[in-house]
Amino acid sequence: MKKKMNGFLLAGLAITGLLTAAILLGTVWTPYDPAAMSGSEKYLAPCLQHPFGTDNFGRDILSRVMKGAGTTFFIAVLTVLIGAVFGTAAGALTGYFGGIVDDVLMRLNDALTAFPSILLALVVISLMGPGKTYNVVLALGLVFIPSFARVTRTAFASARDVNYIKSARLMGASSGRILLVHILPNTMNVLLPSITIGFNNAVLAEASMSYLGVGATPTDASLGYMLSEAQGMFGRAPWYALCTGAVIVLLVFGVGLIGEGLQRREGGVG
Amino acid sequence: MKYALKRILQFMLTMVIVSFLAFLAFDLISGDAATALLGTEATEEALAALREEMGLTRPLPVRYGEWLLGFFTGNLGVSYIYHQSVSELIAPKIAVTLLLSFVSFLLIVLISIPLGLSAAKRSGGILEASSSAFNQLCMAVPPFFTGMLLSYVFGIMLKWFMPGNFPDLHTDFGGAMKHIFFAAIAIAIPRIAMTVRMLKSTIQSEMRKDYVRTAISRGNDRSAVLRVHVLKNSLVPVISFLAQTMAEIVAGGIVVEQVFSIPGLGRMLVSSISNRDYPVVQAIIVILALWVVLSGTLADLVNQRIDPRLRLGGDR
Amino acid sequence: MKKRLTAFLLAALMCTGLCACGSKAESPSQSATAPPASSTESANKAANAVTVGIAQDLDNSLDPHKAVAAGTKEVMFNVFEGLVKPTSNGDLIPAVASNYTVSEDHLTYTFTLREGAKFHNGDAVTAEDVVYSLKRVAAPTETGVVQVEALSIMADVAAVDERTVAITLTEPSNEFISYLTVAILPADYTEQDTKPVGTGPFTFASRSAQENIILAKFEEYWGQKAYLDQVTFRIIENAEGLLMGLQSGAIDICSHLTTTQVSQLSDSEFSIAQGNMNLVQAMYLNNAVAPFDNVLVRQALCHAIDRQMILDLAFDGYGTLIGSSMYPAFGKYFDDTLTNHYAYDVDAAKALLAQAGYPGGFDMTITVPSNYQPHMDTAEVVVEQLKAIGVNAVIQPVEWETWVSEAYVGRNFQATLVGVDASTMTARALLERFTSTYSKNFINYNNAEYDALFAQAQACYDDAEQTALYKAMERNLTENAANVYIQDLADLVAVRKGLTGLEFYPIYVLDLSTVRYEG
Repeated sequence: MKKKMNGFLLAGLAITGLLTAAILLGTVWTPYDPAAMSGSEKYLAPCLQHPFGTDNFGRDILSRVMKGAGTTFFIAVLTVLIGAVFGTAAGALTGYFGGIVDDVLMRLNDALTAFPSILLALVVISLMGPGKTYNVVLALGLVFIPSFARVTRTAFASARDVNYIKSARLMGASSGRILLVHILPNTMNVLLPSITIGFNNAVLAEASMSYLGVGATPTDASLGYMLSEAQGMFGRAPWYALCTGAVIVLLVFGVGLIGEGLQRREGGVG
Repeated sequence: MKYALKRILQFMLTMVIVSFLAFLAFDLISGDAATALLGTEATEEALAALREEMGLTRPLPVRYGEWLLGFFTGNLGVSYIYHQSVSELIAPKIAVTLLLSFVSFLLIVLISIPLGLSAAKRSGGILEASSSAFNQLCMAVPPFFTGMLLSYVFGIMLKWFMPGNFPDLHTDFGGAMKHIFFAAIAIAIPRIAMTVRMLKSTIQSEMRKDYVRTAISRGNDRSAVLRVHVLKNSLVPVISFLAQTMAEIVAGGIVVEQVFSIPGLGRMLVSSISNRDYPVVQAIIVILALWVVLSGTLADLVNQRIDPRLRLGGDR
Repeated sequence: MKKRLTAFLLAALMCTGLCACGSKAESPSQSATAPPASSTESANKAANAVTVGIAQDLDNSLDPHKAVAAGTKEVMFNVFEGLVKPTSNGDLIPAVASNYTVSEDHLTYTFTLREGAKFHNGDAVTAEDVVYSLKRVAAPTETGVVQVEALSIMADVAAVDERTVAITLTEPSNEFISYLTVAILPADYTEQDTKPVGTGPFTFASRSAQENIILAKFEEYWGQKAYLDQVTFRIIENAEGLLMGLQSGAIDICSHLTTTQVSQLSDSEFSIAQGNMNLVQAMYLNNAVAPFDNVLVRQALCHAIDRQMILDLAFDGYGTLIGSSMYPAFGKYFDDTLTNHYAYDVDAAKALLAQAGYPGGFDMTITVPSNYQPHMDTAEVVVEQLKAIGVNAVIQPVEWETWVSEAYVGRNFQATLVGVDASTMTARALLERFTSTYSKNFINYNNAEYDALFAQAQACYDDAEQTALYKAMERNLTENAANVYIQDLADLVAVRKGLTGLEFYPIYVLDLSTVRYEG
């Protein structure tokens, strides 16, 4: 582990760590009940009691953002998980075994990766019915499978002919064992950047879909939904949109910095 | 020439597959078009008559063929919600979306190429690091958030354009362009950042190649080498990337059209999804898919002109 | 970082300049005719036109006999008229007819058509058109035409001569005349769906789905002609867009605004008119599905909702509380004693739920048309209040068209938060819809006593007695907690300074014929 930390990695980890801590905290404690309404505290500008101010129902925006970021974060993590697990599985099988299945699947994959993720997710959503959180997770998860499959396939395909794998095979290790124990850990360096990119895409896609009204519903308001709400009161409570938007930006920015940092550590760019 | 022909055939095959999948998927979930058109109170006889009239009783492949043919003859079916022909509904929206995409693309290319080139020259140092960080920041801003701020500042405070009032393209082209321009900025910002980053890493990895080092060590002018060799060899991946950008612009447009109330395909798509107006969704998705696949194909064709090695086929 | 951002914005601005020039060069003729930048307002004024923002597209068909949505009738009120039409103070005045007589036995109505009443296509209104129009809605044979059941008591409609129509009834009814606001359409015209033709102060000019509908002044209108030459109804289906449209000058008039929206408009640009929306806003419950088929559950919900809190939280205190399917503009029919029938009482609600077999509450879905911010806001507060009795409600936002087809026509919902309007100024218009056999009884209310009361009210010709019967029906709805009644919303209308003459009606319409530019 002589690879050293760099500024990007450090800053990224700091931002992401801080946000993750706030989100995790939000699952057990928020300064106020995020749903509690108060007629006397509507549209308060940011102040000591309400660092992010309050909204049209007098709800504490900081508390809402903590919960909402949790929803967004949860959806993003889940979709990346779906994408990574199934994508890696597909990539491993096709890459390792090759053959006609590989050819067909990869053609399909190429076609799918050409499509922007929001577009594909919208198609899936329109097939499954809008306005349900688990549908969004499924839609986005499905959409992320091809890109993971593509990345891992290359890694598995090239690992197939490496000497120590050949010898493992000769020693009678099962294919499953080779794939899981011998190759998978070595794909981490290609998988990790894909995960950071995938996470960011998922956050942005989820926010966009909720903004469009086909994602999360008011009951489990995600950051995107809150932004669409905030747009309607920009003139009266600009802090609502600005704080919510800033959190989305920071969430993506932090992970982006980590990705950049990782890449620099690996490739020594710059 | 052979390569081009092959690529075009491939393109057509992809489109047939994509459109078939779209047709099949929506055919399976959309239920009965006749019920959708006549409402729930229609009599069984009326439904049967309409099904017959619409040809819904015929086998799936026949209906698919007819629907596909519709793309060439302009007959894309009837909207469940508006009871209007789909092609009539979406034709005016296509022009708007095309304009928006085109302006966004222009912005991206015009701004990111000079920025990317100058970024590639920098190596190390605080300036390079901070510009990379700034680049990451730009990538992190969702277009709809930028759009919200832009429409508030330039639309409502400065009144440079009127959010909520997209002028008719034919009577007030200038006004419509102004509207489109601000939306294009919102779409372009993160894409510009990505393109700059991509350009920078492509050029820098090219610069590290042996032939470049040799050329420079032989005493050739550094910037001349950059211009003549490096740029030419970096062009292929850049063009592929721009094709991908073209596709992403359309996706970004879906959201941004909503922010700026621009009546394009994206807005139509979103409301049709919510309304489960499947004929419209089907048509728009196939049109957008056409756009995506077409830009990929065009990029490949251009690349093959630039780098004849690609003509030999094989995996890129 | 900030400097870079500024620099970037500056660069972007420079591009604006370039682009603007570029486009002008490309289309000189167009920019010459186009109005100067950002001044639709002044351009509108010069053209004696206004743009009205509306939150939903109109019904698919513009045929007034097929209209379902209140929003469609609201707009098309400017295009169509009946033999009689309502005024802003709730009276009925002769419209297409110039006068009418009623026989001694109240069974025969004789209408004389107005001299000079013309359709927008230039044809004079004939007795034949009236016969056609009334028969068309009394017993519809065409798909899509909504039956006006109140007209089914007509025994016969006949043209006596070119300009006289005689209507005979099977039984006397003192409400019958109110239903003759039904639009009179030309008998031999087949394009009513897409190019509607009526007799009102405005003619239909054009429609673009999801975009706009444009009306123009009808120069040959029989009465006081409209002041404006053109009215554009611009459809903006999200609340943010509507607000931005007002702020940026794209929209001149917009009704049904929330106090949040109004507070963001500048006083120097808009005057805010306040009236009532004339809607029964309620959480409508599907009485045929569990758990809402249980009267105790419905009553529990009524007790669990703090309506005054809803007004305070979501409407800055504006709005009028109601307790049944009736609002104050109906005067004598409105029974104020029902308003507070269910006091806000969480304990009582919990007790009722326990009695109904749901001691721990239940999950429910509230369907809300997402383009109506007031309903969305109300729903959010309702969800929060229901938590106190263990009821876990989620909001399902749907597009307006989906709401109409799924919830209203399809009756496929659990609870839905909307406002229901009255098409005419009769108690019947609000109350008949909950009789068990009525085709648009979307909540599936099925109460024998209610049906009987309605039948009695129809058979009754004594006004006081009939009013009492209608009030009994209202009480029936309240006591059985047919729906969770909330309020008649305050209607905040933003009108651009310089425009005047907007009048509020006791029904859900937006009359533009009296609107004009000052000076």
